Amino acid sequence: MAETALTHTNQTQARPAGLQGIAADWSSDQRAFKNVSWGKAMMWIFLLSDTFIFGCFLLSYMSARISTRVPWPNPSEVFALRIGGSDIPLILIAIMTFVLISSSGTMAMAVNFGYRRDRRKTAILMLLTAALGATFVGMQAFEWTKLITEAVRPWGNPWGAAQFGSTFFMITGFHGTHVTIGVIFLIIVARKVWRGDYDVGRPGFFTSRRGRYENVEIMGLYWHFVDLVWVFIFAFFYLW
Amino acid sequence: MVDITPADAVPPAEVAEMELYHPHSWWTKYVFSQDAKVIAIQYSATATAIGLVALVLSWLMRLQLGFPGTFDFITPEAYYQFITMHGMIMVIYLLTALFLGGFGNYLIPLMVGARDMVFPYVNMLSYWIYLLAVLVLVSSFFAPGGPTGAGWTLYPPQAIMTGTPGGQEWGIILMLVSLILFIIGFTMGGLNYVVTVLQGRTRGMTLMRLPLTVWGIFTATVMALLAFPALFVACVMMLLDRALGTSFFMPAVVEMGEQLQHNGGSPILFQHLFWFFGHPEVYIVALPAFGIVSDLISTHARKNIFGYRMMVWAIVGIGALSFVVWAHHMYVSGMHPYFGFFFATTTLIIAIPTAIKVYNWVLTLWRGDIHLTIPMLFAMAFIVTFVNGGLTGLFLGNVVVDVPLSDTMFVVAHFHMVMGVAPILVIFGAIYHWYPKVTGRMLNETLGRFHFWVTFVGAYLIFFPMHYIGLMGVPRRYAEMTDVTVMTESAHHLNSFISIMAFIVGFAQIVFLFNLIWSIRHGREAGGNPWRATTLEWQTPQTPPAHGNFGKELPIVYRWAYDYSVPGAKEDFIPQNMPGTFGPSREPA
Repeated sequence: MAETALTHTNQTQARPAGLQGIAADWSSDQRAFKNVSWGKAMMWIFLLSDTFIFGCFLLSYMSARISTRVPWPNPSEVFALRIGGSDIPLILIAIMTFVLISSSGTMAMAVNFGYRRDRRKTAILMLLTAALGATFVGMQAFEWTKLITEAVRPWGNPWGAAQFGSTFFMITGFHGTHVTIGVIFLIIVARKVWRGDYDVGRPGFFTSRRGRYENVEIMGLYWHFVDLVWVFIFAFFYLW
Repeated sequence: MVDITPADAVPPAEVAEMELYHPHSWWTKYVFSQDAKVIAIQYSATATAIGLVALVLSWLMRLQLGFPGTFDFITPEAYYQFITMHGMIMVIYLLTALFLGGFGNYLIPLMVGARDMVFPYVNMLSYWIYLLAVLVLVSSFFAPGGPTGAGWTLYPPQAIMTGTPGGQEWGIILMLVSLILFIIGFTMGGLNYVVTVLQGRTRGMTLMRLPLTVWGIFTATVMALLAFPALFVACVMMLLDRALGTSFFMPAVVEMGEQLQHNGGSPILFQHLFWFFGHPEVYIVALPAFGIVSDLISTHARKNIFGYRMMVWAIVGIGALSFVVWAHHMYVSGMHPYFGFFFATTTLIIAIPTAIKVYNWVLTLWRGDIHLTIPMLFAMAFIVTFVNGGLTGLFLGNVVVDVPLSDTMFVVAHFHMVMGVAPILVIFGAIYHWYPKVTGRMLNETLGRFHFWVTFVGAYLIFFPMHYIGLMGVPRRYAEMTDVTVMTESAHHLNSFISIMAFIVGFAQIVFLFNLIWSIRHGREAGGNPWRATTLEWQTPQTPPAHGNFGKELPIVYRWAYDYSVPGAKEDFIPQNMPGTFGPSREPA
């Protein structure tokens, strides 16, 4: 695999291993994270900040759920689908989760092929990832529609605590927005890969910065994060 | 004593020179600029403009408090609106934006030896979203029902109810939308500041050679990136409560004999989210001030900062501790006494790193060659004021003392002293210090000294009596207290006195603004390094620095930022980018 790009001097940096290496990096000049580009560092720090947003959302949800005096709707019944005459609990959400986790796999493959400079495979795998993401959002829209037709509203529902609807729509909506933004950017980056922008160093339309294949990996970081957050939402909403 | 790295041991540049965006027109050079210095000035100008609004609002409040019943247009509703907008503007749109967006943008790239922020385009977006947030906030003055009068903490349930100005009209919605926009814009800028400090330094600039200004701004930005999410979530949830009728924060309420649609929400949850942001916010404002004041003192006392490493660790330690103290704002919310015990303990532990900083400032001054320049005056005024505010913080940090003092003027006096006056004194000192670099000219000295003495003495004349009337039991947030027993004759007189002082201090700020504008053209020529300072921003080839900051070659750093009065050196300062060995430096090994 090609190097991750980032030392301009072409010299390998001899650094001690383990904790000593971390200390050496942090007390060195120029960069605290050696061989980490600016874009990648920025994405990691953004994801840390975003973690706090999702953390606050989920903590608020838990706080509402454990302090309510009204019964909480039973997720196994609420999220069941009637297929072939019998209610199958959590079937839709199982498929959704499977689709989203699979998209993490295709994303990881795209990153791999990106570093191999395989434009065609990279772009196809990114578009496949975007398609899986879009499928996820579509199924989420279906789930929302089903709940809305069953009279679940942000301000109330037929089965119990009003906070069920409020937290559900707010948190899955916020996560769905993340997935949607991810799909849009996946398509943008896939187009750039397909066109060979990262081979010739073509400046970006807005930023006028030249991109590299590393952008595929940065895109991947965001995508894996969104998937990881989903695992927590899935656990706290559907399995609790 | 330390070995100073010889010139040939400079490590190779690890990162290729960054590509700068070269502006093609007046618009891309001065308006939609990607140059951090221009963005810094845009941030500062916008923050100052909205700060003037907050100043006028404080005058209106003081008119009402000092001379109750005299001004018919200040209704109780209007008074609440003034309080709310004054508080929110000062804390978020002025102090946070000015320290991080203003000073952060200007100083970080220059001080770490970078051409610009790492992602100038995102940095530009950050300013424009901030401007949008300010405009949304200002628009609430013209919306039906006026701005929100919920108090700057926006506590539910009252924040979105009919009795509160703007509660069932546009005010609260615009406030929440504006805050959400501010957080999005800030995040874009904040990511830039953090990555620039971590990954964009020049050769030789290690983290332990950074000027303390950068350490302060950097730590504050990291904190802001972790604290603002809580406010973001609180704003989204309250917006849903108000706009969609959800019940996150709204319990069952009977209003005017009518049962509201809300049921089962928790107002306390909002308080936790708000203060999980709100307390770090205090230090988001204070840490840049700590950093800047360290540099001002060292430069103007011609002496290295005492205990540089301890200063850095104190900044980081205060930043970390400030995330576990938030509920000391909620002692009267009815929380479990053991929680009060925990939060009082963590709160008082913060006194340790803070005291380290104060001692180190004083020990830096000790036997220094103190030049009583205007920045130095402001820096010393800050130390005194901060100690004062910190001491009253000991009162309010303890549960048993806090409970009777809650919601009195004592609290108002305390946080204005520690979070209002103290950081603003540093802002003034910093402006007098760096104005010559930004414009190439000095600010007028006479006007500056007038500004300093009126502001410093005036602030004490305002807030010392306010502590006193707070101890007498005068509550805050009351528009009118004419026939109440706690308002004795003497408290009335003190209130009038405070108001008159507030007008005088406010007037001095107008003089300061005049000085800022007048000196751009008429100030004395400053030259590149009027304070004979060591840090990189004073070593730029041009003043004001051109786009790209450092001309053809990026500077190489050979020493820490505090080589003042090194025995044996020709001058009493050695710039960070000057190679060679000069004598016993005090740089920590």
